[in-house]
Amino acid sequence: MTAAEHEVPRLRRDFAALRADFPALRQLVHGKPLAYLDNAASSQSPAVVHEATALQQRLNHSNVHRGVHSLSERATAAFEAARDKVRGFINAASTKEVIFTRGTTESINLVAASFGRRLAPGDEVLITWLEHHSNIVPWQLLCERSGARLVVAPIRDDGSLDVAAFETRLCNRTKIAAFAHVSNALGTINPVAELTRKAHAAGAVVLIDGAQAVPHLRVDVRELDCDFYAFSGHKMYGPTGTGVLYGKTAVLETMPPYQGGGDMILTVSFERSTYNALPYKFEAGTPNITGVVGLGAAVDYLETIDFDAVRDHEHALLEHATRRLLADVPGAKVVGTAPGKAAVLSFVIDGIHAHDLGTIVDREGVAIRTGHHCAMPVMDRFGVAATARASFAFYNDFGDVDRLIAGLHRAVEIFRG
Amino acid sequence: MDELQELYREVILDHNRNPRNFGELADATRVVAGVNPLCGDKMTLYVKLTGGTIEDIRFRGTGCAISVASSSLMTERVKGAPVAEALALFERIHELLTGSHDHPPEGLDKLAALGGVREYPSRVKCASLAWHALKSAVGDERTANVTTE
Repeated sequence: MTAAEHEVPRLRRDFAALRADFPALRQLVHGKPLAYLDNAASSQSPAVVHEATALQQRLNHSNVHRGVHSLSERATAAFEAARDKVRGFINAASTKEVIFTRGTTESINLVAASFGRRLAPGDEVLITWLEHHSNIVPWQLLCERSGARLVVAPIRDDGSLDVAAFETRLCNRTKIAAFAHVSNALGTINPVAELTRKAHAAGAVVLIDGAQAVPHLRVDVRELDCDFYAFSGHKMYGPTGTGVLYGKTAVLETMPPYQGGGDMILTVSFERSTYNALPYKFEAGTPNITGVVGLGAAVDYLETIDFDAVRDHEHALLEHATRRLLADVPGAKVVGTAPGKAAVLSFVIDGIHAHDLGTIVDREGVAIRTGHHCAMPVMDRFGVAATARASFAFYNDFGDVDRLIAGLHRAVEIFRG
Repeated sequence: MDELQELYREVILDHNRNPRNFGELADATRVVAGVNPLCGDKMTLYVKLTGGTIEDIRFRGTGCAISVASSSLMTERVKGAPVAEALALFERIHELLTGSHDHPPEGLDKLAALGGVREYPSRVKCASLAWHALKSAVGDERTANVTTE
């Protein structure tokens, strides 16, 4: 055995080199270098993801779990390999617990539709004020169908969850507790392990919306002990139209199918059908094979990166951006200041609407999100109709922040003369 | 003038800072709630119709500079105008916001400033919300709610 075979590959923390892996970041927008700061909406993909999806489409395109021919076997192998990569990425116990969906939204709807069948009048679903619409509306629909009640735990003025209030809203009527790991609008990181313990103590099952967490934090679903964990491929440097629902085997096995169709059945007759084993029972129809293969490539890529260094780097960007915003942009105010929050900077500037900011900084090559961020209750809580939001990824650098601030200066100049 | 100055002309900035006809109208005969679901802009339009004339008109709401200025400019222009004239103006504004650059409608005066949004497809709805609300308030097919979707 050679020495090289003993070497454990070092995790990458060379962020300038990592940035070079993302072709989209090398373009000019309106003649200016792109500063892409809309990562919480969707993140860019590294070239290895594009190559994996291109290979799948050019040579391996066929259906999965059906054909006995070589292309179908290759596609099936690539698809199932991606499942095992995702399993390892979140430390699930088995690939049976990894269900592919269209995204976080579909993952949550799956649980609301399937697990939700057992809810009855008098039952309660507990969520928090921080949720994205996708972790509110499926539960509202479920409550309308079942007669259950939607209960909302409040947040504090800094955008952190009031954990004590969350706890007082848990009771033996709470059947489901659903909350974000990281808030998309404010960046607040919830104490999800603690919330899960408290919800379990009350007898509720727990769903965590991890869409904003997996791109930035190492997530271990067994350590969190949640029953469900939902996330999207396109926010973790993979393709759109891909998502994951992690579910504990013991819970998934008690649930009826979500959608009916091919792949989710064992036998079908007009009298009765029997259903396939996990996870296929919840994957009716031909899945987004190309996208899932790309998601697998994104996971492979993320596994090469030092996530502790990612946290430090993103935190440094957030600190720099916050400091410059408050020091150099007159009338700027940060919305969401929870301690230890993720690298999301939501802000308003006196007298300039967020959409005007978004349009003006775009002309400087800076992409930010402006609006309600699909979190209208959060906006109402802070008395704003909209905010501007810069959200960072590990490929961002200090130059991106400086271009944002320069764009905001231009907005102030236009509006205040 | 660069493209941003073309969009944010002085008349737009002025009407955003000091919107005309802003507030509720107690004796309104028509009230329309307009919403732009893309961005959450909201406006409520109050119209007092007397015979075939817009005797008074006011608006309330929150939105970007384009949306507020468009509402303000619209109310300023149609206050006191016959309904038929307001509806004809709606058509010309629609042409201004979405039509070709070669033949912009003439005679719009200040309202021509709204044409700057043509370079910004995602912002056209900001400018058009107030006009859809107007059409819905005084047109034949009246509704209490309009959206830009």
